[in-house]
Parts: sequence; structure tokens; C-alpha cells
Amino acid sequence: MKSLVSITDFNKDEILKVLDLAAEFENNPNQNMLENKVVASIFFEPSTRTRLSFETAVNRLGGKVIGFSDSSNTSVSKGETLKDTISMIANYADLIIMRHHIEGAARYASEISKVPVINAGDGANQHPSQTLLDMYSIKKTQGKLENLTITMIGDLKYGRTVHSLLMAMSHFNTAFKFIAPTELQMPVEYKNYLDKIGLKYSEHSELTDNISDADIIYMTRVQRERFSDLLEYEKVKNIYVLTNEMLENTKQNVKVLHPLPRVGEIDVNVDDNPKAYYFTQSLNGVYTRMAIITYVLGLK
Amino acid sequence: MQKELKVSAIKDGTAIDHIPSDALFKVIQILGLEKSEHQITFGMNLESKRMGNKAIIKIADRYFKDDEINRITLVAPHAKLNIIKNYEVIEKKVVKVPDFIEGIAKCMNPKCVSNIENIKSKFKVIAKDKVTLQCHYCERITNQENIIIKN
Repeated sequence: MKSLVSITDFNKDEILKVLDLAAEFENNPNQNMLENKVVASIFFEPSTRTRLSFETAVNRLGGKVIGFSDSSNTSVSKGETLKDTISMIANYADLIIMRHHIEGAARYASEISKVPVINAGDGANQHPSQTLLDMYSIKKTQGKLENLTITMIGDLKYGRTVHSLLMAMSHFNTAFKFIAPTELQMPVEYKNYLDKIGLKYSEHSELTDNISDADIIYMTRVQRERFSDLLEYEKVKNIYVLTNEMLENTKQNVKVLHPLPRVGEIDVNVDDNPKAYYFTQSLNGVYTRMAIITYVLGLK
Repeated sequence: MQKELKVSAIKDGTAIDHIPSDALFKVIQILGLEKSEHQITFGMNLESKRMGNKAIIKIADRYFKDDEINRITLVAPHAKLNIIKNYEVIEKKVVKVPDFIEGIAKCMNPKCVSNIENIKSKFKVIAKDKVTLQCHYCERITNQENIIIKN
């Protein structure tokens, strides 16, 4: 039994194995591998893409889904502890997929639960299935993971997706470029980590001149909910807007990724540009999540 | 000329030396000495060539296991132990920062599950020279100056 709480729970070989499985599921998306299995999908806070793509993945695999998408009509609202909730659900289901606003909740749940736990996001901490689907999208569009240049843009301070992607891609000799306003730069611990393992990175505050060498442009939303001072948010919220014009002088193979939801950081006209990949990226989430589910259950 | 001891000698037991003065009471707390029935003497703001000033604790008839004493490295990373038998120092030890710390420090992240549910805090030690901790649960990194010792 293996849980997936943090992207660092998977080593390089396990990441590659999951990505290979995802490709298998893309070729053959309806397989009855979860027949007679019950999967608990418990979302203590709202989600559209993540919950629906996990539940689609379970359904395509022939499993049954139980759960909730809002904890207000559960015993949690009566003051039940997370420990009790998880212990009970682990008695009902073969696998728990959970999202919780409390950071570290998924790790704690994985220690209590007798069935595997997949973390579908714990506050600002981890969202490993997003990282794996990002990597699947990168591999699919670039044909490889090694020796790519990834340009990360926007909120690099609070954005959990960029932190996890950085950690996971560091296995593959990636060169990183960070474009962020001063207030939202990549935290020093991640830069120290890259220094320690000898990977190259550079930091910039201008978008226009810094995307020409990118293989992947990873856009992020400046998240209003992470700011305690709304004036600070207003100052930076529209700082980077990617347009078709900016993409003209970029590499032929470049793809624009975004974990979604998008607000204003990618001009809607970019959606029809062949370099835009974010909607296909979210479809890849289903195949990647099928791969993760079957892998943690030891079915593949 | 005979040197005067600021903290009187003990016949048998442990002397913990080179504690930063401002960490004295944290060391007492971590080792649970406030509840101890052993005879304990301590001094703080004592002169130290290396540290400027330091604190020292002497505990009669009490010896510590390594993993017990290593917990004080969070606040006293350069502490030294003298094991005393019959007024003689029979062994000197330095404390070593452990790889994993349970239940002593508090995670600085108010949104961390370890501060919300009734669970023991756990940290991975990711740097030992200037102690840096990573919360086992929320993965937030805490630098030495931000480490909070649990009451």
C-alpha cells in the first residue's frame, strides 16, 4: 500500500512509471480495473477540475465513488475530528482521495488510514496529481523530459504547483527561468535546493523578452486568497498578461501550460494558438489520475 | 591560585555546559528538569571566552541517553556534557543534532494540521549547522531563529 501525499513521495522511477501508465490509459481509457472497488472522494473544500477528473478516472476504471464535495453537510460540521472522519471512511472504501484546507491534513490522514490516501490538495502545501499531469503534458508535447527549459511566470511565492513541479522536474536536468514581481519571487529554499543539486536558473521581472528560449511556459494565477493585504494583491494581479504577440518570437515546440483556473493572465485570443495547451493539459489529468489510482492500489 | 566554581561541583551526575544564556530555561523545559527530583544547580550569564556569556546546569545523580540529550540541540547546538563520577569528569560528550525531532517544537504555520488536531509535532532536520526544520505534515521550513519550543 502506498499513499501519494507529496510529489517527493515518488522517486524518479515511480514518476516515469506513472507517466507510462497514463499514456496506456490515454490509448485505452475504459478498463474495468476497479470493478468491485469503492473509492471515497472527500473534498472538504471546493474544487471543479480536480474532483471531477478524479471521479471521471474512477468511473472509467469501473469503480464506485462515494464521498462529498462540501463538508458542511457532514459530521465535520458537528465538530468531528479529522482522525475520526478518516478512520471511519477508511472502513468503507478501498482508497481515499481527499482535499482539505488544512496543510498537512493528507499526510496525517495517510498515517491514520488503513487504505491508501491520494492528496488532491492540502491548503497551500501540496497537489501532487497536478504535478504528475503537468509532467505528462510536458512529456507528451516535447517527447522527453530531459534537458528542457521551463519558464515559470506569475505567483512563484505562494503557488504550490510551481514548487512541486520544480522539485519533480529537478530529476531531469531542467533549466528554470523564473519571472515574477519582487513580492512573489520563488522562495529561497527552492533556489538553495537548485544550487545544491547544480541546476541552472535565472530570475527576471519582465515577461516580454524572457520567453524566447522556453520549451514550456508555465503560467500561474496570482491567487487573491493568499494575500492578507488586498492592496498588495491589486498591485500585482494583472502584472503579466500573455498575448499572441508575445508568443510570435518563441520556439516552435513551445507549449503554454496553466494549472487553471485562469483569470486574466492569458489573453483569451491565445486559446486558439497552437502553442496553447492548457485545456488539453486538464484532459490529461484524467489519464494521469487513472494511472495514479491504479499504481497506489498496486493494480499496475 | 585555585579557580572558583560559579556553579558548585557535584559528586555524581551530569554537567551541561556551553548553553547560550537565553536558552537555559528552554533546555530545562526540553529535558523536563522542572519536574525532576534530583538536585539541580544552574548559572546563567557566566563568562565564556568563546560564547561571550553562557549558562551551565549541573544535575546530581542523573545521566541522559543520547537521544534524550540530543533534543536540546534545537536551542543549544554547541552544548557539551561532562559525565561526573566521584567529582571526576569520566566522559565528555558533545550534543548531536538528530535527523528527526518529535514533540518538542511547534510548527510555525498556524494552518498546519499539527496545530489544529491533537497530534505530536514531527520535523525532519534539513540543515544541522544552523538548525533548519521541515514540518513532517505541512512541509513548511522553519529556520533556527523561528523555532518555537512547545510549552
